[in-house]
Amino acid sequence: MIVAEQKPLQEIKRLINEAENVLVVGCGTCVTVCFAGGAREAAIIASSLRMSTKLDGNGKNVSDVTVQRQCEWEYLDQIADQVAAADIVLSLGCGIGVQAIAEHFPATWVVPGLNTSFLGLPTEQGVWAERCAACGDCILGITGGICPIARCSKSLLNGPCGGSEAGHCEIDPDVDCAWQLIYNRLSSMGKLDVLLEIQPPKNWRTSRDGGPRKIVRQDLRLVAEED
Amino acid sequence: MSDETVSNEQKTAGNGYLVGSTLEKVLRAGHFAVTAELGPPQNADSAVIRKKAGLLKGYCDGVNLTDNQTAIVRMSSIGAGAIVVQEGLEPVIQMTCRDRNRLAIQSDLLGAYALGMRNLLCLSGDHQTFGNHPTAKNVFDMDSLQLVQMVTEMRDEAVFQCGDKFKGPEARFFVGAAAAPFADPVDFRPYRLAKKVKAGANFIQTQLVYDVPAFARYMEKVRELGLHEQTYILAGVGPLKSPGMARYMKNNVPGILVPDELIARMSAAGKPWAGKKKDELTREDRIARSKAWKAKGIQICIELIQQLRQIEGVSGVHIMAIEWEAAVKPIVEGAGLSPRPEVG
Repeated sequence: MIVAEQKPLQEIKRLINEAENVLVVGCGTCVTVCFAGGAREAAIIASSLRMSTKLDGNGKNVSDVTVQRQCEWEYLDQIADQVAAADIVLSLGCGIGVQAIAEHFPATWVVPGLNTSFLGLPTEQGVWAERCAACGDCILGITGGICPIARCSKSLLNGPCGGSEAGHCEIDPDVDCAWQLIYNRLSSMGKLDVLLEIQPPKNWRTSRDGGPRKIVRQDLRLVAEED
Repeated sequence: MSDETVSNEQKTAGNGYLVGSTLEKVLRAGHFAVTAELGPPQNADSAVIRKKAGLLKGYCDGVNLTDNQTAIVRMSSIGAGAIVVQEGLEPVIQMTCRDRNRLAIQSDLLGAYALGMRNLLCLSGDHQTFGNHPTAKNVFDMDSLQLVQMVTEMRDEAVFQCGDKFKGPEARFFVGAAAAPFADPVDFRPYRLAKKVKAGANFIQTQLVYDVPAFARYMEKVRELGLHEQTYILAGVGPLKSPGMARYMKNNVPGILVPDELIARMSAAGKPWAGKKKDELTREDRIARSKAWKAKGIQICIELIQQLRQIEGVSGVHIMAIEWEAAVKPIVEGAGLSPRPEVG
């Protein structure tokens, strides 16, 4: 899932400072399950902003609504009237949600209420960790299902470097050494020979380095392209 | 190292050597090699390099120029290397993957070769979190192994990483890589060295060794894999400046083992001043204590070199006297490694 966390209230207040009528839009998918921007968080933020701006002597009308997914036009259509009535939309979606609102409602000013952090999972209640860097050319098949692009601090393909100690990365004792994890897993599966192969330099074109990415599936398109 | 590795004339500079650098010649002739580290300054002062080069001249076969070591901005390795060449010493250029992508690495190496540099140490690089620009974006387009492979192919096949052939002279380097014998997972370390050798590493400079028995066990495995016959292994050594430095390295630097016995010997050297708080010591006391510690550090370093020299497969030492280049001369002399051989 996409994991995000809320921006500090002070920063959000600065972002909506000019507006009178604020619509907080939550998202019912990834950011709901990571407790950052679902219906519950949207209601809390709306209420905090009402109280806080009132105390500042600059009380705003703040309402909230949550859609199933901010990243799909059909769900955004459902809130078109509320969006039109607002001076500003505070999106509690990930960066995709914020941009979807901006793209779908060109006359509306939208600001982010979250910092989109990474693609990851909850490792335990209240703890999320990064797992995927969306590099566009998955190598998990040769690394025992553990991604060194996302999880090694240097994204090494032929690790571990000399900074691996007692299972953690030298940059932080709380960061696992991805290559120690890979080593342990391949060792337990009897596949350490995989690590003896030199992995060539990665083709980063499929990653963000190749420019903004897009996938077109002709088999799924409803309207054939002209010419 | 067997002659077979350089018997293919296609792969030599035409004189029987891959490159013909002093370091390569010393190692090929079977001499016990000495390299030393020179840390470029955090400013643009060429005089610092000249002064440090002066301290090292005649006491080593190659001078390692670090590349923004510990991720702190310093004069570039290649810029400092050019000054070292002017001073009549032979640089070993360090190149990390942290700050440059494959375009920048290759173009910088063309420049380094054109300026007369012939030895290269390929490193992944300390993470920028440790340095003075922790908010920087890192690169890591390649890793150190891929870098070794790229520069080896540049020399032996005259191709760039993309596969394009050189039009004109290729950059030819005697290619080195690092090894961390004591970093985790320890069992994998000899095999990772094997990968570096397979990628083309002609010489290896190891992380600092203070625990000789542990290093001997590593070398046993290295010999079992036959790696000492395919590459030249230079064991990393460095003089301790104080017991505090020894304890810091033991507790805080991954991949460095410092036996308690060495820490005790360093402490004993400061015994006349022991048990006194910092403000109870005069400036003269502190200078005298530091001098006593440093003398002990140099003595221990000499002993380490003598012990490492006995280990089969160790072809030399790499002396890392960090911000203490003046220690190299007494260490090399004390270890009986002076004068350095003339190899023409």
